[in-house]
Amino acid sequence: MRKKIIKKSIADLPAFVTDYIGMALALALLLVIFGLSARNFFTLTTFRTIANQVPDITIVAVGMTFVLIIAGIDLSVGSVMALAGAVLGLSLVEFNFPLPAAIVMCLAVGILCGAANGLVIVRWRLPAFIVTLGMLEIARGGAYLVTESRTIYIGGPVEVITDASILGFSLPFIVAVAIVVAGQLVLSRTVFGRYLIAIGTNEEAVRLSGIDPRPLKLAVFVLCGFLTSIAAVIHTARLSSANPNAGYGLELQAIAAVVIGGTSLMGGRGSVVSSFFGVLIIAVLGTGLAQIGAQESTKRLITGCVIVAAVILDHYRHRIRKSQKQVLVSAKAKP
Amino acid sequence: MKSATSGTVFRACDIDKSFPGVQALSAVDFDLRAGEVHALVGENGAGKSTLMSIIAGVQKPDSGQMCLYEQQYEPNGRADAEAHGIRMVMQELHLISNLSVAENIFIEKLPNRFGIIDYDKLNGAARKIMKQVGLGDVDPDVPVRLLGVGQQQMVEIAAGLSRRCRILVLDEPTASLTDREIELLFTQIRKLKAEGVGIIYISHRIEEVTRIADRVTVLRDGKVISTNPTSELSVSDIILMMVGRDLEHEQLRHGSKAGQVALRVVGLTRGRKVRDVSFEVRRGEILGVVGLMGSGRTETMRAVFGADRPDSGKIFLYGAGEPVEIRMPRDAVRNGIALVTEDRKEQGLLSALAVRVNISLTRLRDVSRFGWMDIAEEQSVADRYIAALGIRCSSNEQTVGELSGGNQQKVVIAKWLYRDCDVLIFDEPTRGIDVGAKFEIYHMLAELAEKGKAVIVVSSDTKELMAVCDRIMVMSAGRVAATFGRNEWSQEKIMSAAFSEYVGV
Ligand SMILES: Nc1ncnc2c1ncn2[C@@H]1O[C@H](COP(=O)(O)OP(=O)(O)OP(=O)(O)O)[C@@H](O)[C@H]1O
Ligand SMILES: [Mg+2]
Repeated sequence: MRKKIIKKSIADLPAFVTDYIGMALALALLLVIFGLSARNFFTLTTFRTIANQVPDITIVAVGMTFVLIIAGIDLSVGSVMALAGAVLGLSLVEFNFPLPAAIVMCLAVGILCGAANGLVIVRWRLPAFIVTLGMLEIARGGAYLVTESRTIYIGGPVEVITDASILGFSLPFIVAVAIVVAGQLVLSRTVFGRYLIAIGTNEEAVRLSGIDPRPLKLAVFVLCGFLTSIAAVIHTARLSSANPNAGYGLELQAIAAVVIGGTSLMGGRGSVVSSFFGVLIIAVLGTGLAQIGAQESTKRLITGCVIVAAVILDHYRHRIRKSQKQVLVSAKAKP
Repeated sequence: MKSATSGTVFRACDIDKSFPGVQALSAVDFDLRAGEVHALVGENGAGKSTLMSIIAGVQKPDSGQMCLYEQQYEPNGRADAEAHGIRMVMQELHLISNLSVAENIFIEKLPNRFGIIDYDKLNGAARKIMKQVGLGDVDPDVPVRLLGVGQQQMVEIAAGLSRRCRILVLDEPTASLTDREIELLFTQIRKLKAEGVGIIYISHRIEEVTRIADRVTVLRDGKVISTNPTSELSVSDIILMMVGRDLEHEQLRHGSKAGQVALRVVGLTRGRKVRDVSFEVRRGEILGVVGLMGSGRTETMRAVFGADRPDSGKIFLYGAGEPVEIRMPRDAVRNGIALVTEDRKEQGLLSALAVRVNISLTRLRDVSRFGWMDIAEEQSVADRYIAALGIRCSSNEQTVGELSGGNQQKVVIAKWLYRDCDVLIFDEPTRGIDVGAKFEIYHMLAELAEKGKAVIVVSSDTKELMAVCDRIMVMSAGRVAATFGRNEWSQEKIMSAAFSEYVGV
């Protein structure tokens, strides 16, 4: 009986609260734990470090969320980021392009790689896993090729990007948050987003409803490539240099963040804002553990456990959400 | 084995089951005797499948007891129920589409030697069972995904029959079977009955129920209305109890005023399933399409709609002299052709999403502005169709997968009605729909024709088609065997045309 009442009172909360409350609580919990165990955790430096770290991975995670929603996957984001960054560096240093032109080059690389992924997947109906795995190698090879396997030091010309700030927030951080907000709106409020969710749920039913899923899927891979190249600009600016090894393992970090946020690998279900929470949780965990002096090995061990725990929690969160929807609905039905 | 006695083998008392927002079953009593066929009938959403899934261990009741052979029975999952000798053939198909027919039938116990499957034994055993249910001409080696929905349903039935059991539950086994296959199924049921197996039989085809069942239980809104021996009931008694009102058995259409030719198909061919098919439908007309299972009805309609690419053939629309090119369903829909597919779960619905999302999918442009969804508008559209078709759901936000089978079917129909096409093709539109709603759907088809739409209905129920169609086209082995007008047809003529191409092959 009591269980029912508790269930009911959870169910009475507005939907967006239960959607994000779990993630916000988890994040708060981490902050409290590290605040208590590390002496200097609650300092401006800590938060600056985190705010500095997250923009590029956040932007990649947004693209990955879209890809996972259509039941795809993009393993090439890390390498594509390296290649796009390399082209940015090359344009600035070798060809002396002005910054805007160099950025355009960089974004073009991301878009091209995304388009190549998408076209092959759509045209020959191949699994995204394999195709993007191929692109992972191709783009990494490309990055080594154009940089001749050396880190290109850029310095001043790109540092303006990280140095710019509004109200104390760095430009990259603001761009990342803006992309999160825009991404969430596109996903939940636009026809395009609706089609993506539908494709992830049952692509054949979508096709038989008179909608051609192929251009939509292509658009998602292009979008993911585009966002990855924006991340490349930010990443390169932060390091003041283009490193052909940049973004190594980024694809797995991004997938982990998105999955912690409750997006389903099977497609059809997910949220961009939750992916952002996922990124923050991983970042806070990393920074916090480093501050209490954890070794790299412990860090990875714990991060791994958090990923699994998050997915299990999400299973229950989803159930609550479902019964909540029902209760709300039946309350509305009989006023 | 006990011979057919009238001892009660199973009893359920006072079963309650609720889902958030609905009381699916309340205080239900149900019992089954050895060697009896006990039919369960009721409207869509009455709770039939829910009751059966409780018996078969798929779901747990909120309260109530069940006894099997005078012993407490509390199945812990489906496998446990099967260990107790209770098997169920579910309403929705649950086959593994990439495995072969034989593998699907024996999936729980593949004959093997040290883990290596003995295919000769497997296929031999499968062939024997398949012949019994009328799948004799299907190769046990072919993957299930290549079969039509009707044949898949028979594979499910074959799987159900393949293992010895004491109680067999059949949830709408005949929903997409034609008369011939139904007879074969009945033969099997009679055989099991003679062996003392208790059978629970769910169907919306009431005539069928009166033929095969010994007793009938009527369920309405989750409550048992009555349980009677079939001999004491007539078809209309049962319908009256189910629906709570009388359905007038009127002729639905009185001559049509057919207009311009809306769709003309010439020489359509696709593989061996569709061979040189030509036909036309006019505005204001309803064309019925019948044929035995596997006669190419569904394949023809899919080829017209662009769901599969035809090898050859031309399609002319609305009296135009030039054929249209339909390369994919999108082209068909843009040209005003709609296809309500036969397999709702795989091809019609986004099961994990809300009713509202499913209904609006075909026409998102009209519930959005500049690419932005207008959710309020979308909800009002959904509510309009929920009301118009009497879809039973807790609200337009309910997930479609949670609806009862018949109500899911109505959602598929709603989605195409909303698209408002000029040529509407319905492939088994009344599959799994209760008598009352079936009647309403045929009324709706008549109304669509009245409004000047061209309507094509594929159905395995010839009687229904004869009540609603202006013309009936009979397909046989991929060809058009005959087309009959309203005054020319009879059940015998239609049947002999349906067999015509198979004779002497
Ligand atoms: N998993 C579920 N979650 C929520 N509601 C459910 C669920 N399963 C069934 N219901 C509801 O329970 C009621 C009974 O459903 P059930 O499937 O038993 O009907 P049925 O008699 O088999 O109908 P049909 O003839 O259409 O198959 C329906 O209102 C349905 O929406
Ligand atoms: Mg049912």
